[in-house]
Amino acid sequence: MKENVMRNTVNQTIRLVALMAAFIPVAMFAGDKGLQAGNAFPDIAGFPLEGKVPNLKDKVVIVDFWASWCGPCKESFPIMEDLQSRFGAKGLVVLAVNVDDDVQAMNDFLKKHPVTFPVVRDAKKKLVSAVNIKSMPCSFVLTPQGKVATVHKGFHGEQTRAQYTKEIEELIAGNPSRK
Amino acid sequence: MKIPLKIPLLVGLSCAALGSGCVNVKPWERSVLADYTMRPDRNPLADAFAEHTWFSREAASGGRGVGGGGCGCN
Repeated sequence: MKENVMRNTVNQTIRLVALMAAFIPVAMFAGDKGLQAGNAFPDIAGFPLEGKVPNLKDKVVIVDFWASWCGPCKESFPIMEDLQSRFGAKGLVVLAVNVDDDVQAMNDFLKKHPVTFPVVRDAKKKLVSAVNIKSMPCSFVLTPQGKVATVHKGFHGEQTRAQYTKEIEELIAGNPSRK
Repeated sequence: MKIPLKIPLLVGLSCAALGSGCVNVKPWERSVLADYTMRPDRNPLADAFAEHTWFSREAASGGRGVGGGGCGCN
């Protein structure tokens, strides 16, 4: 009698633990995949960002999420600057969105790595949460219609530069407002 | 026959309590994790000591990135 009760209790416990364990991977890896190519990018003007958001209408835009503590972001900045200087007159806007908790950390970084493209700060993390990036840095190349053309996760030096260049050239060539 | 629910309940509550400690850190929340002090190899001297202890006691010479049979003979 006592053994039966014990056996049932053990069985019940094992079943409960197995059931809970089955949900662990679901809980850990659940969630959306973030913005994909073809999705509409959220309206940046609708988010409480620190800094001035430039006019993005009919522009090819690179929205680059970065932080001062992110090593690859440091590497990416000169290349972003180069892209802005090469394609800015042709309709490209690089918009860097900082996600630092500390504004001083961002300012110190920008003093060391000055750039001419606009930088805004997502202090409340509303935009970055809405976009739900999967790595740092993460950049979105947007079409003049405001749709995501490509997503760049991480930064891989010259390979990433070549990809950006190709994508921007194609988008600028296909942008009716530039013809 | 009445099955006592104390044990499953206790296990369930323990799992719930421990499970709540599992947090999915978003990429933009990793500033503290990205700090230099979080690197396990931040101190070369301590790293060398740990490596020496490891290969001596575990007989795993070269097991950390260097080719070797793990015989512990060097």
